[in-house]
Amino acid sequence: MNYLLMIYNNEAETAAMNEDSRKKMMAEYTEFTKSIVQSGHFKAGDRLRPVSTASTVRVRNGKAAIADGPFAETREQLGGYYLIDAKSLDEATAIAGRIPGARYGSIEVRPIWPPVA
Amino acid sequence: MATGGLKPALIRRSAGEIGSSIEEIFRREAGRVLATLIRLLGDFDLAEEAQQDAFAAALEQWPMRGMPDNPRAWLISTGRNRAIDRIRREVFFRENIVPRELAETNEEAEIDPSEAIFGDDALRLIFTCCHPALNDEAQIALTLREVCGLSTQAVARAFLVSEETMAQRLVRAKKKIRDAGIPYETPHPSVLDQRIEGVLAVVYGVFTEGYAATAGSRLIDVELCAEAIRLGRLLDSLLPKNSAVMGLLALMLLHDARHSARVTDGGDVILLDNQDRSRWDQGEIAEGLLLVDKSLGAGCQVSPYAVQAAIAALHVRAVDRQATDWPQIIGLYEVLLRLQPTPVIELNHAVAVSMVDGAERALNLVDSLAARGDVTQYHLLHAARGRFLEQLGRLEDARDAYGAALKTAALEPERRFLASRIAGL
Repeated sequence: MNYLLMIYNNEAETAAMNEDSRKKMMAEYTEFTKSIVQSGHFKAGDRLRPVSTASTVRVRNGKAAIADGPFAETREQLGGYYLIDAKSLDEATAIAGRIPGARYGSIEVRPIWPPVA
Repeated sequence: MATGGLKPALIRRSAGEIGSSIEEIFRREAGRVLATLIRLLGDFDLAEEAQQDAFAAALEQWPMRGMPDNPRAWLISTGRNRAIDRIRREVFFRENIVPRELAETNEEAEIDPSEAIFGDDALRLIFTCCHPALNDEAQIALTLREVCGLSTQAVARAFLVSEETMAQRLVRAKKKIRDAGIPYETPHPSVLDQRIEGVLAVVYGVFTEGYAATAGSRLIDVELCAEAIRLGRLLDSLLPKNSAVMGLLALMLLHDARHSARVTDGGDVILLDNQDRSRWDQGEIAEGLLLVDKSLGAGCQVSPYAVQAAIAALHVRAVDRQATDWPQIIGLYEVLLRLQPTPVIELNHAVAVSMVDGAERALNLVDSLAARGDVTQYHLLHAARGRFLEQLGRLEDARDAYGAALKTAALEPERRFLASRIAGL
């Protein structure tokens, strides 16, 4: 079963990190990614640029409206994701718990619909 | 038949007698039969239908042909076969052919009726129903429905919601189990203790719901208390010598033993001091006391349930209020406050302190608790303040405190009790 692990963090806090902590966190992510590639769970994963670079598109009556950023003001923002293959929710949440960002923010774990036949 | 088949009953029993013993077997085996069917069939809904089919078949066949040697194995194998028939019929209608694969699975596989296998399935079912990825209400509802085998209507009644609402809640929970991939297995050892805590919270939730229904006119809903104790016993047999499990079971037994003495026939509250101790259930008390000792002596980290049970044990062991070992109760509350610092426990600690050091000191403790906020809606805090103030002879203040308690108390019997305290000032 495929799961999307969405990493939510407070961008302001991440931005305020000092250079050493940032380096340490990146090293932890590299280490973690390597480990789930090796165990065969990894399918994809990326870090997202901050919300300030985001745009939102809506199509209404055939017209596309493009706007700056997402609307909702939230404390935590989507900062990255992993797409994994796990045998159950328990395995997926165990992997999510090992993502370095889980210690600062939170990880939303969502099962993925199987492709339509 | 792999299950030993049916044997005509040697002793003729009246239809009524057989009927009631079948009921008893259904009641006892419902959860276990379902647990194994879910594993065999890999689907909650299919397993529930299979269980219903098996029970219907038993009602039809047992009175005529006698009880099978092993009713549980009979119910499981009948249920599984009916489910396979059902799948095959559906596939047949869709594709007009019976796939080979299914035809093969219909062969009589051995169903191992040993306790170990059934125990594993029963645990799997409990851990699945109490999975932390389900919300608290769904966990309790699913456990009552699937593990205890209560009807959807009965579960709905316990939650004071309509049957339709409860049915939807159960459907949503089962859909999440299926779609999110919640596994049907005993948790990994690294998280086992944490998951047991979750299961015990559900069991205790059922018990407290029954012990003091959150709203309504009756104070005790015995059925839910009995279900919670049944679950506690089941867990104790499946996870033997677990301190937390034994502690919780002891706690529930020691509370339940006093249930008939806790309210009058008219449904009014009777304080511990005024309870008729001859109405306490001595069997439950003896079992509870034994479990408290075992739980405290289990040699691992002591569970908050065990400490609460030990406090209940001291109350039960004392002949009356004067003979109660209050200093030890204060000590146990202090242990509990380190394990689980909650306002409720702080309040109970203050009440115990009032018994040793007097109302003045207890009032200070409660006032400092109230000053930290968050508990102003908690009617027991105001009721305790009222009692301390009354003891100190500050009757006007006591009246105000009881009045504040009355404003937030939801249960009719508690409201009547508070009103009578005010009238007695």
